[in-house]
Amino acid sequence: MNQPIDRRGFLQGGLAASAAATISLAKKTEAATFEGYPNAMGVLVDLSRCVGCRSCEAACNQEQHLPAPAKPFNDFSVFGERHHGQKRRTDETRYTVVNRYEVPGREHPLFRKIQCNHCMEPACLTSCFVNAYTKTPEGAVVYNVDVCVGCRTCMVACPFYIPTFRYSSAFQPRIMKCVFCHETRLSKGLPPACVEACPQEALTFGRRTDLVEMGRQRIRENPGTYVDHLYGEHEVGGTAWMYLSPAPFEQVGFDISVPKEPILNYVKDFLSIVPMVLTIWPALFAGFHLLAARKDKLEQQKKNEGEV
Amino acid sequence: MKSHPKAMLAAAVLLLAGTLPTPGLARDQFDAPETVTIDALAHLYRPVEFSHKRHAKLARCKDCHHHTTGHQDMDPNCVRCHAHSPEASIVSCKDCHTKKQFYPEQVAAAGNPNLYHIDKPGLKGAYHLNCVPCHAKKNAPSHCEGCHALTDTGKQFFHLGGQTQGKANPARGSHAR
Repeated sequence: MNQPIDRRGFLQGGLAASAAATISLAKKTEAATFEGYPNAMGVLVDLSRCVGCRSCEAACNQEQHLPAPAKPFNDFSVFGERHHGQKRRTDETRYTVVNRYEVPGREHPLFRKIQCNHCMEPACLTSCFVNAYTKTPEGAVVYNVDVCVGCRTCMVACPFYIPTFRYSSAFQPRIMKCVFCHETRLSKGLPPACVEACPQEALTFGRRTDLVEMGRQRIRENPGTYVDHLYGEHEVGGTAWMYLSPAPFEQVGFDISVPKEPILNYVKDFLSIVPMVLTIWPALFAGFHLLAARKDKLEQQKKNEGEV
Repeated sequence: MKSHPKAMLAAAVLLLAGTLPTPGLARDQFDAPETVTIDALAHLYRPVEFSHKRHAKLARCKDCHHHTTGHQDMDPNCVRCHAHSPEASIVSCKDCHTKKQFYPEQVAAAGNPNLYHIDKPGLKGAYHLNCVPCHAKKNAPSHCEGCHALTDTGKQFFHLGGQTQGKANPARGSHAR
C-alpha cells in the first residue's frame, strides 16, 4: 500500500482499464442492426417516366399547407434556376423539388424528384439528442416540433441534405421536411399526395419489399433501358424511396459516394463508449488522484515526524 | 437423317401460318366507340374527348390494346406467355387499369407471390405512358395543357394567376405551429 505509484504505472493502468471497458461494450453494439419494419411502405421513382410536369410539387404544397410558390407550378423556367451554383433544393416552402438534367448522348432531358428518402436507419433520427424524429412502422420518418430544440444537427447528419429550417419565423422556428404524408394519408393506407398526383406513374407506391421486386422486374424486362441498380436498396442502409434511372446515377445528381451501410454505423462504436467515459472515468481518475494524494500526505507526515 | 429443303420450308410456312391470329376473330376499329370521354381527373382538368375513331386510323389496335383485341402482340416479353392468347373479353382500358391506384387493394395485389403482373399501371398511368411517347414522336401535343384544359380548381392547384409571390396558402394554419 505504501508502494508509490509512478507516472507511467498510473497512465498504463488507466488506459488498460478504459480499453477493457470499451471492448466489452463495443461487442454488444455489433448485433444491434435494424433491418427495417417488415411491412414498411416505400416509393419507387422511375426517372425514365418523369416528364417534369411538377404536379407532385403542386400536390405536396396543397397537402402540407405550404406557402404559395414564387412562380406557378407549371412554370418550367425554374429548371434553369441556380442558387449558389446548385439546382433547386428542398427548403421551408417546399418539401419536394423536381430538377432537370441534360445527360450527354440523350435526346431528351431527365428529371429527378427529390424529397426525404425516409431511410430505414435515418441519420437525422440517430443524430437527434431529444428524439424529435420517429421512424414509423409504415416507413415514414416524422418530426415532432414539440421536443425539438432547434440545434439543426439533423440537417448536418442527413446524407441527402433534405431537412431544412424555418428561419423566416422568429417565433415558430422548426425543421421542415417531407413526412411521407404520414398523418393525413400513409397512416390510413393511402399513397402520399405526390404519388397520387403523378400522371406518368413515375412514382410507384407500395410495400418496400414489393417495390424492390418491381424495380428488378423493370430492369430485367426492359433490357438497355435502365442502369442495373436500384438506388436506395442498400444506400445508407436502405431507404424507403428508391430510384431507377436510365442514365448513370452520378449524371442525374445522385451522390454515389454515400456508404452502403447506415450512417449510424460510423459513430456507433464511438457513441457506445461515451457513457463509459462519463461514468467510469471520473470515479477511476478520482481514485488515482486520491491514492497519489495519500502517498504525498504520508511522505509529508513522515518528514514532519522526522523533523520533530 | 436427310431433310428435304422444300419440305422444311413448307413445314415452316404451315407452322407460321398456324400461329397467326385468324382475321375473322379479331376485333377491328369499327367495333369500337367513336369517342371516349376521359374524365377521371375532372376536378383539376376538363374532361378530354378522346377521338377513338381518329386514333384508330393512326395506329394499330395492338399498339394500345396489347393482345386483347386478338391481334398478336410483338413485344418479346409479352409473347413469352401471350403468343397464342385469344381475343379478350375485356378490351376497354379502364376494365384492367383501375382508376384508383396504390390504394390498399392494389398494394395488397402487388404482394401476391403468384401474380406476374405486379407492376400494372393504374388508368391515369396507362393512358399517359401509352399516349405521351407517341404524341412526342408524331409531334402531336405532348405538354399537359395540349390535351387538358385546367379547371378553376386546377388553376388554383398550380397557383396560376396572382396567387404567388410568397403569400401564405389560405388553407395554412392547421399544420403551422
